[in-house]
Amino acid sequence: MTAAPAPTPIITVDGLAKHFPVRGGTFLNRTTGAVRAVDDVNLTIAPGETLGLVGESGCGKSTVGRLILRLIEPTAGRILFEGTDIAGLAQRELLAVRRSMQIVFQDPYSSLNPRMMVEDIILEPLYIQGARKGPETRRQAQKLLETVGLPRSAIARYPHEFSGGQRQRIGIARAIAPQPKFIVCDEAVSALDVSIQAQIVNLLQDLQQEFGLSYLFIAHDLAVVKHISDRVAVMYLGKVVEIAPKRTLYATPRHPYTQALLASIPAPHPRLRRQRARLTGELPSALAPPPGCRFNTRCPHAQDRCRSEVPELRTLAEGHQAACHFIDQIPAPAPLGGSPRNGTAP
Amino acid sequence: MAAPDAAVLEDRPARVPFWRGPTFRRLIHHRSFVIGAILVSIVLVTALIAPWLDLPDPNRLAIRFRFRPPSGEFLLGTDNLGRSMLSRVIWGGQLSLAIGLGVVLLNAVFGVTLGAAAGYFGKLDGPLMRFADALMAFPSVLLAIGIAAALGPSAMTAVIALAVVYIPRTARIVRASVLVVRELEFVQAARASGADDWRILRQHIMPNCMAPLIVQLSFVFAYAVLSEAVLSFLGLGAPPTTPSWGILIAEGRSYIREAAWLTIVPGVAIAITVFGLNLLGDGLRDVLDPRLRVEQG
Repeated sequence: MTAAPAPTPIITVDGLAKHFPVRGGTFLNRTTGAVRAVDDVNLTIAPGETLGLVGESGCGKSTVGRLILRLIEPTAGRILFEGTDIAGLAQRELLAVRRSMQIVFQDPYSSLNPRMMVEDIILEPLYIQGARKGPETRRQAQKLLETVGLPRSAIARYPHEFSGGQRQRIGIARAIAPQPKFIVCDEAVSALDVSIQAQIVNLLQDLQQEFGLSYLFIAHDLAVVKHISDRVAVMYLGKVVEIAPKRTLYATPRHPYTQALLASIPAPHPRLRRQRARLTGELPSALAPPPGCRFNTRCPHAQDRCRSEVPELRTLAEGHQAACHFIDQIPAPAPLGGSPRNGTAP
Repeated sequence: MAAPDAAVLEDRPARVPFWRGPTFRRLIHHRSFVIGAILVSIVLVTALIAPWLDLPDPNRLAIRFRFRPPSGEFLLGTDNLGRSMLSRVIWGGQLSLAIGLGVVLLNAVFGVTLGAAAGYFGKLDGPLMRFADALMAFPSVLLAIGIAAALGPSAMTAVIALAVVYIPRTARIVRASVLVVRELEFVQAARASGADDWRILRQHIMPNCMAPLIVQLSFVFAYAVLSEAVLSFLGLGAPPTTPSWGILIAEGRSYIREAAWLTIVPGVAIAITVFGLNLLGDGLRDVLDPRLRVEQG
């Protein structure tokens, strides 16, 4: 766990928003609305820290990751990389920063170019930065493969010759090739078998130790996030509703949505099952989010104020913030032993 | 799927000339590629060496010998004016192959460029594809006739007209593949590393769009050879003194009951060529796709 971020955070996200325009009409392509995929998100990630980002499908968590990497253009907000705003840089100017920020994807099958040899796949970030292919880079590729636990001989093979877990290792080798400081893990283990998940999570942790990496670990599996994260942010419909150090969040979730989310973790024994706060209803459309608190349509505690006024993130304790008008009235859930202890393998 | 951990591989070999490299070895071990290559080479070589073959002039009239069926004297028979079909079909190959290859080449260049641009750059997609729609709204032969008529009759005109007709179709197919591939995560990964559009297209997108393109181009060749016949038939292609396979079929059509070989002979020539090109294309597609590679002992 990290204390208050005293050193310059590796990533600071300030008022980040992404609205995808919805176009209608056959000829004129008029903008008829906007999907507010990400709305006023603030985050910081300290050097060496792992920030978990959780939420339902469609809540905008992957969009946040891609916005930080400038894979999509933000509608508003600032993205500071080590204190420098990169939100306004042109793609050309970004090249130097890109060396320090990488991404590991969810799908190990579509994240590797099937027509390239593993050597070229993992060295691609270096080629882009201007490296010339040669014996030197080949040794580098072999070393990278060993670092992620693959045989050196893998350089001359193609992605289809590997299993899902091995492919994910190749994806990780590519991400660490330019010696980045920050990696977005976008559902990096979600597509893998549980046993493989554990291996990949451990690999990510080892690499973090070795290279002092910071991670933004995006996932919907709360157990995995609990295992790897230092702090966890919970997103709902484009907004961060609660953010806290891991232990605090899992032990005393305060926002009703976080409580419901944690209650949905399958319990290893029926008697340990949490009874409270089951969510009903569907995620509302981001095209027309409900007014006020976006969670009001599904919140068991919703009152009139929730339907009119947007709650701000309020600091509850050191590093613990939640966005709810009635945070003080909502009972914290009773501590229980039902949540999985260390996460990856139930 | 092979277990890579079990296999002990040498490091990558040093650069070797193409004909000793692994790609060439895979090509010559690919059965349909080899058959296709043989068929296409026979057709090409025969057409190219026509001037040196001891053939009767394809335009020499010999009314005495008209409508001779294939025999020892006239290997592939004679036509309504007594001209040797063997000679005509070999000479005709020159023009037909040139036109077919020309159209395929133009398609490969412009169809791929326009399709990739439309699929990759969202802003160009609308204008380019609406223009393609406009061209495709015309019946293809009618459009080719219109263009050929506007440009004046010649073999080059036929090539341009047919290329214009088929480029939108090729572009469509390329665009569709690009739309799919550009959303894949390895493209995102390249972008996250700072690859520019050109690198992403060349290195990551286009190599993964080849399979449908190769198939499409072998179709285009077949259609071009056949459509050239229509243009020539209407006097918009090459002058009628130059026989082409299309012209031969068009001329023979009137005698199909009495002298079927007049249409069968050039028809078989087209069929062999297209079949060969298809096999060649399939082989190329397989060999260029690492996933379809069959391990050779």
